[in-house]
Amino acid sequence: MAAAALLRRIPAARAPATAFMAARPISDSTAALTIKTSVPFTSHLVDPPSRDVTTTPAELVTFFRDMSLMRRMEIAADSLYKAKLIRGFCHLYDGQEAVAVGMEAAITRSDSIITAYRDHCTYLARGGDLVSAFSELMGREAGCSRGKGGSMHFYKKDANFYGGHGIVGAQVPLGCGLAFAQKYKKEDTATFALYGDGAANQGQLFEALNISALWKLPAILVCENNHYGMGTAEWRAAKSPDYYKRGDYVPGLKVDGMDVLAVKQACKFAKDHAVANGPIVLEMDTYRYHGHSMSDPGSTYRTRDEISGVRQERDPIERVRKLLFTHDLATAAELKDMEKEIRKQVDDAIAKAKESSMPDTSELFTNVYKKGFGVESFGPDRKELRASLP
Amino acid sequence: MAAAASSALHAVGAVASAKPRSAAPAVARRRSVRVAAAAKGGPGSSGRGRMVARSAVAAKADEAAAAAGSKSGGHELLLFEALREALIEEMNLDPTVCVIGEDVGHYGGSYKVTKGLAEMFGDLRVLDTPIAENSFTGMGVGAAMKGLRPVVEGMNMGFLLLAYNQISNNCGMLHYTSGGQFKIPIVIRGPGGVGRQLGAEHSQRLESYFQSIPGLQMVACSTPYNAKGLMKAAIRSENPVVLFEHVLLYNLKEKIPDEEYICCLEEAEMVRPGEHVTILTYSRMRYHVMQAAKTLVNKGYDPEVIDIRSLKPFDLHTIGNSIKKTHRVLIVEECMRTGGIGASLRSAIIDNFWDYLDAPIMCLSSQDVPTPYASTLEDATVVQPAQIVAAVEQICQ
Repeated sequence: MAAAALLRRIPAARAPATAFMAARPISDSTAALTIKTSVPFTSHLVDPPSRDVTTTPAELVTFFRDMSLMRRMEIAADSLYKAKLIRGFCHLYDGQEAVAVGMEAAITRSDSIITAYRDHCTYLARGGDLVSAFSELMGREAGCSRGKGGSMHFYKKDANFYGGHGIVGAQVPLGCGLAFAQKYKKEDTATFALYGDGAANQGQLFEALNISALWKLPAILVCENNHYGMGTAEWRAAKSPDYYKRGDYVPGLKVDGMDVLAVKQACKFAKDHAVANGPIVLEMDTYRYHGHSMSDPGSTYRTRDEISGVRQERDPIERVRKLLFTHDLATAAELKDMEKEIRKQVDDAIAKAKESSMPDTSELFTNVYKKGFGVESFGPDRKELRASLP
Repeated sequence: MAAAASSALHAVGAVASAKPRSAAPAVARRRSVRVAAAAKGGPGSSGRGRMVARSAVAAKADEAAAAAGSKSGGHELLLFEALREALIEEMNLDPTVCVIGEDVGHYGGSYKVTKGLAEMFGDLRVLDTPIAENSFTGMGVGAAMKGLRPVVEGMNMGFLLLAYNQISNNCGMLHYTSGGQFKIPIVIRGPGGVGRQLGAEHSQRLESYFQSIPGLQMVACSTPYNAKGLMKAAIRSENPVVLFEHVLLYNLKEKIPDEEYICCLEEAEMVRPGEHVTILTYSRMRYHVMQAAKTLVNKGYDPEVIDIRSLKPFDLHTIGNSIKKTHRVLIVEECMRTGGIGASLRSAIIDNFWDYLDAPIMCLSSQDVPTPYASTLEDATVVQPAQIVAAVEQICQ
């Protein structure tokens, strides 16, 4: 015990990792482990789920790895944006990783997820790969939307990830439509429609929620409340900041969105509820470290103390790291190695993405219509290619 | 199948661009080529076998010809009944087709287009929505992303302005921004146009607003025959299609074939072949044009009237062939002058057929005013047959 404690204090740089790590490898056990969520759930019109979450050591390690990968990706995207390789709008998710990872752990790829423009990490969680993500951000052909969507338009149809939407709130009716199709096709799956605290004030949300409740659709509306709608704090935008109660006649649950286990528990609960009873609202209490987008420094409407305070006390990755230590599932050195490996993974992906070419000019006219119709196929002589480029 | 369809198209091109002669034989020839192609598909064939039926007959020289072309006698019905027939047939053929709109179910539809459908297909396929255009249009798009084929009804086209963001950004653009991953085979339909003193807000013509949206297809029906054919084609299309109906045309009566048929979405319809001037029109204005044509014929003119039907994209093939013959163009539309369909059509004709024009293109549109309530003022807002006659006389000087 003392030796183990001593081993952990040796910095990895000074001692070769292998000699000491042979003692106990990083845990991949699938034995059940029950952990209490950091704070209890608050509920509206429904009994909240238990605070005791069942997980496994392997799952906790996966949580750490996945969230660290997402964090690294977003930080790398920050650098790429400042290097002008990513242009336009770039909305970063760092701080909110627990929502994407916890949700994915509770559901299957047959369930659907739709979100707004802060979608890079959700894409990864749904099985997207780093190279296609970075390629899309840099507008390359190898991007997940062939370079034609950009940061706000990541989609993955085979994983039921429906994007990726730039207009605030417009994705929620789409999400209720996905839920409608699931019910129509009798699929027993649910749709998670994510939106922010800013979008929570959009009228179309309430319209869609009304219809979903009337038709008993398996729709779960998830408000990722990071407390700021761009530069407007939630108390300045919403008369009632209890977003989980905004459903009125629709039940709701407020969740600590920085606790990946709480998110997992809530999403599982929500899916079971939605498939059986119809819509439910989840409010994830989370936080973004970056500004709204790369053009927003993020410090004019909140203090640096607030940001660093959240980072110190509530960071989702650090929380899991502590859990791994407490339950003796990994050592500091192992996790540092993992982070190094992740960093390399991300750097390799960026290098590969940089090599990818820009889309060919003919791509301008593909996918406007299905079957390449439209500008390409019809003209006065019914021949191809009537489009003339400027 | 696809090869047969495209060779049929090229055959049409060869015929229609031949030396000018009476257009009637050209039309008949075109029809016979297409019916042969359509017969291969046949009614009731499922899946991709239906592909061939897509290039089925569109043009007919006069009303009798359509019924004469059909095997049995055909049956007479009103335009709204033709739309309903199309919906019923498609909903029977394809279980993913559903209807979403206000009062489409239990009430039977405000213009009776969906009357009886809720009893036939149930509440899950014919869905009464609350008054929430923005969200139920969005839900239609979301359902289409996931494999359904919704037909979304705007009780009046003008109400769909509330759903403009969903129609433009999501419906029109998702196929492109997802790099081709998602298709949106949705049909958005509803009555629009200037009615009988319905007031400014209920007399909107949205085709001018929607025409710029990339990724959308727009068609306007004007007869029971093309209403049924276009509705069926729109439902089968993989692209989002906006089908413009007109409030005043729902009670038009016509005999349509008993057997299954489809109209090509991208094709214009030759209403009346002629030699002196090409009159391009669509929807209700077709009838004003035909009324003016009677007067013009008495005065010795021979106008060629084409119902363009496809508002986006334009059928420049049919239109071009006509211009090459007549060298004079008059556009008669119900859109407002500014930024209307006529404005775009004029540009397209100038870009493509400038050398064939002997006179400036004239465009008669509605006035750039909100539609007034008073009947005399409302009549002055839209184009009347007398104005069409005067315009033709001016062009043909």
